[in-house]
Amino acid sequence: MKYDCIIVGGGHAGCEAAHITSFMGKKTLLITMNIKNIADTPCNPSIGGTAKGIIVRDIDALGGLMGRIADKSHFQIKMLNNKKGPAVQSLRCQIDKILYPKNMLEELKKHQDLEIKEATVEDIIVQDKKIKGLKLNNNEEIYCETLILTTGTYLKSNILRGDKSIESGPHGEKRSNFLSDNLKKLGFSIQRLKTGTPPRIQKNSINFSVCQEELGDNKYYTFSHDNKPLYITNNQEKCYLIYTNEQTHKIILDNLEKSSMYGGYVTGTGPRYCPSIEDKIVRFKDKERHQLFLEPESKFYDEWYIGGFSTSMPEEVQDLMVHSLKGLEKAKITKYAYAIEYDAIDPLQLKPSLETKIIENLFTAGQINGTSGYEEAAAQGLIAGINAVCKIDEKSPLILKRNESYIGVLIDDLVTKGTKEPYRMLTSRAEYRLMLRHDNADLRLREYAHKYGTITEESYHKYLEKKDQIKNLKRFLSETKLEISNKIKKVFQEKEYSIPKNKLTLLELLKRPEITFEFLDQILNIDFSNEVKEEVEIEIKYEGYINKTKKEIDKMLKLEEKQIPKDVDYQKIKNLASEARVKLEKIRPISIGQAARISGVNPSDLSILAVYLKKEYNKNE
Amino acid sequence: MNDTIAAISTSVGQGAISIVRVSGKDSLNIVNSIFKGKDLTKVPSHTIHYGYIKDTNKIIDEVLVMVMLSPKTYTTENIVEINCHGGVSTTNKIFELILEQGARIAEPGEFTKRAFLNGRIDLIEAEAVQDLISAKSDKQRAVAINSLNGRLTNIIQNQRDIILNILANIAVNIDYPEYEDAIEVTKENLTNDLQNIKKDLELLLKNASIGKIIKTGIDIALIGRPNVGKSSILNAFLNEEKAIVTDISGTTRDLIEANTTLEGIELNLIDTAGIRSTNNLVEQIGVLRSKKIIETADLVILVLNNNENLIPEDKNLLKIIEKKPHIVFINKNDLEQKINLPANLKVIFGNTKDLNGLENLKKEIIHMYNLDKIEEKDSTYLSNIRQINLVKEVLKDINKALQDTTQNIPVDMIEIYLRNAWDKLGILIGENYEDELIDKLFKNFCLGK
Repeated sequence: MKYDCIIVGGGHAGCEAAHITSFMGKKTLLITMNIKNIADTPCNPSIGGTAKGIIVRDIDALGGLMGRIADKSHFQIKMLNNKKGPAVQSLRCQIDKILYPKNMLEELKKHQDLEIKEATVEDIIVQDKKIKGLKLNNNEEIYCETLILTTGTYLKSNILRGDKSIESGPHGEKRSNFLSDNLKKLGFSIQRLKTGTPPRIQKNSINFSVCQEELGDNKYYTFSHDNKPLYITNNQEKCYLIYTNEQTHKIILDNLEKSSMYGGYVTGTGPRYCPSIEDKIVRFKDKERHQLFLEPESKFYDEWYIGGFSTSMPEEVQDLMVHSLKGLEKAKITKYAYAIEYDAIDPLQLKPSLETKIIENLFTAGQINGTSGYEEAAAQGLIAGINAVCKIDEKSPLILKRNESYIGVLIDDLVTKGTKEPYRMLTSRAEYRLMLRHDNADLRLREYAHKYGTITEESYHKYLEKKDQIKNLKRFLSETKLEISNKIKKVFQEKEYSIPKNKLTLLELLKRPEITFEFLDQILNIDFSNEVKEEVEIEIKYEGYINKTKKEIDKMLKLEEKQIPKDVDYQKIKNLASEARVKLEKIRPISIGQAARISGVNPSDLSILAVYLKKEYNKNE
Repeated sequence: MNDTIAAISTSVGQGAISIVRVSGKDSLNIVNSIFKGKDLTKVPSHTIHYGYIKDTNKIIDEVLVMVMLSPKTYTTENIVEINCHGGVSTTNKIFELILEQGARIAEPGEFTKRAFLNGRIDLIEAEAVQDLISAKSDKQRAVAINSLNGRLTNIIQNQRDIILNILANIAVNIDYPEYEDAIEVTKENLTNDLQNIKKDLELLLKNASIGKIIKTGIDIALIGRPNVGKSSILNAFLNEEKAIVTDISGTTRDLIEANTTLEGIELNLIDTAGIRSTNNLVEQIGVLRSKKIIETADLVILVLNNNENLIPEDKNLLKIIEKKPHIVFINKNDLEQKINLPANLKVIFGNTKDLNGLENLKKEIIHMYNLDKIEEKDSTYLSNIRQINLVKEVLKDINKALQDTTQNIPVDMIEIYLRNAWDKLGILIGENYEDELIDKLFKNFCLGK
């Protein structure tokens, strides 16, 4: 029995990978240590967030599952940054931790080409630097064309609370003891990373009356381009906001040495953007209070999540800390917070396709690559899956550019710059973020999805139709001139807007910051969907900004076009600075553009490289 | 390498002729759009064409243009060279027009760099270049790129830091919208910060003009009807008979340029032919040129005769100079005052007969340019067009950001302009220079070849 693709790990990366390879018609096996943990969400009960919400849209546009499943599984949704510009708006929903995995598993089970197996993988089988299959801990061997490792935080993971360190995966699951050592033997460099999760408390022990409500938006949204909203705005669950206080801070400072981090029990590198509460208090001494968010985990059990309160304190200190919070004086902790350290590979050992440079046909995705977050993992799983299929079919891989998707930014950052802490996507990492919006994910990516066969014909036609409608609406706006009647005059006056000169086209009118379709609807009947109107309005209103960004993109693309041959021997290039040589050798960028983004490769090194390439490879020109 | 570059290839301000060189795919279109003569896009390669450089409809200079088409050119790209009349103002004006049309100022040595990257310089030469590269120490490279003096670098670095702080603040607002830790960048506080940056940049540009004054002096055009005494004034400044002074009006038919110093600053005095309606052809040419001089001069001194009343031509001249920095000088105050001056007109009286007859005029020039207050004559000023242009571009970004802020464009969009401004200031001080590539190295080459 030989599979086209085997995926090791059933988390968010694994699920997307398994879904897409089987959707693309490949015989696929998904191996998980525990089928109950398929699409598990061991940390925060939410999907999306700033930038991350756009990643979910992008995953959906490319045929991935996360958006579709999240739409079916949440009990609160909101558009973040909705008072800011269109480029930074991003959805976040509170998912039900029981429903999300359940819906995901159901979806996966629909694939006829997909098998799911419970087992522990101990080693991979490699021949001539090419993947052949894998070996389970019962010595069973399974063979495959391509293998995708999506092992999450399970590689030699330790759970830490205070001075206690337990060899364990997230919430007490078995860890993988041998796989990372075996990868090391094959030549991978392994790094130790750390992350953490806050305590959970029982719902009926919370005094909600002193907590500040956080509601979902009173509007309908979907992550997926193909779903209709499945919720009722008024039926959304509430979250709550509370604050730490002087007492909390005193307890933490008094017990600082007992925490795993400050007691010196942690070897892994934790993320700066997601600090533990003890970190926040030590680093920002002057702040009187810190925000904490109380979020329900599921409608099917009584646990609540304390967002912002992750810690590696011993259990007895955690009790004191939680009870010092207003509203949680009597809270019962059901799960104590912990820090977790785990092995990950250095992502500089990956190609932009997520295939490893060391072993052919082996792909890695998710936390094993040094990222953090469900969305980041899912995005990589999807790309690794698509590219595994491309590898089998001998097609060129799907490599998204930085101006096309947050997924492109994510992977380019990983394989070009590497990461020393768990990598989280941020809006500010995307220099062309004005193009990478929530509203235009399908316009950016559905052509790729169609080309690579990752979406249905139906989805593709829906996209084509939207594109058509956008064109039609733009034409309508540029051809329709507004006659200023007394009635129309009045509508403008009511809003205290200056009255436009007669026979201005609607397109010109929409360029004015205050004029929106919502306003125009009072004057005219413009029969297009809100989705299309939103898109057109953004494109018209921010045209100047968009054009400016496009110019920058053109510059970048020109450097991307300058390809570096795969076989270039950096040792032969005289005069490269030694740091640059080492980095170029290791990263092996595919273009001058990518090389330019490597820190430590200076412009002079790039020139030397360019001269060398010209001399060596253009001899016959 | 896909953009079009331009540079003044001859040393500025010296010699009878200057050459402005443009290279790149748009070079023909760019020059053609400011050229009055043949359609340059239709002429054969390696040909020379006579015509005028115009600013919309205004003639700037009479020129010869050389068209050399790719690939047989120095850079292998399309090259156009404009041979214009030497002199700082005309050459700079032509250069500015070319930049306005979309060319970019060439970095030192960039023509050579292009020649090399386009394969015009052969491989052995390329290797020699590599050796040159490796021969340079990092320190030397750093010195080459950072031609600015320390104080100026500090000022710019300071502006950059302020912008960076705003950028970081906006980033936090966007990425952590629910966290109260970061102060929201609002329209109000952004406007405030931007106003401050704007003020500082404007000061820098204003000082740049001082820099220019220190470096190249003040171009002063003497204008007025014939025989009001322009040449006498010039001579009095120079203490020598440079201009031909006669009582016959219309003696100065050509432009007379002379240099003198005032408070250590060079004055480039240009005596124009008396401006009046004339049918004399030789004089007509002189008159035409005079008008051009007025446009390019830093300061215009209109000379009127105390002993005669104003005639329509004088009034016309008063109108012409309204928008230029100017001084109205009433000459011949040793004679009877017959002039009837309009109210509110600020004038200086004097004459060329008395020993200190021009004292008030000199004082006014000193006052206008604060010449007595320029203390550190080699201090913080932007010293070349490239630097000045970059600061102007940054100022443009800041102004656009300010304007959009008042129009309620979201702060996170405006950030694009701030990021741009930040990048450009970085380029100015040699940090974060996006496309440094080979630029550093070719600094050692003389501009052009």
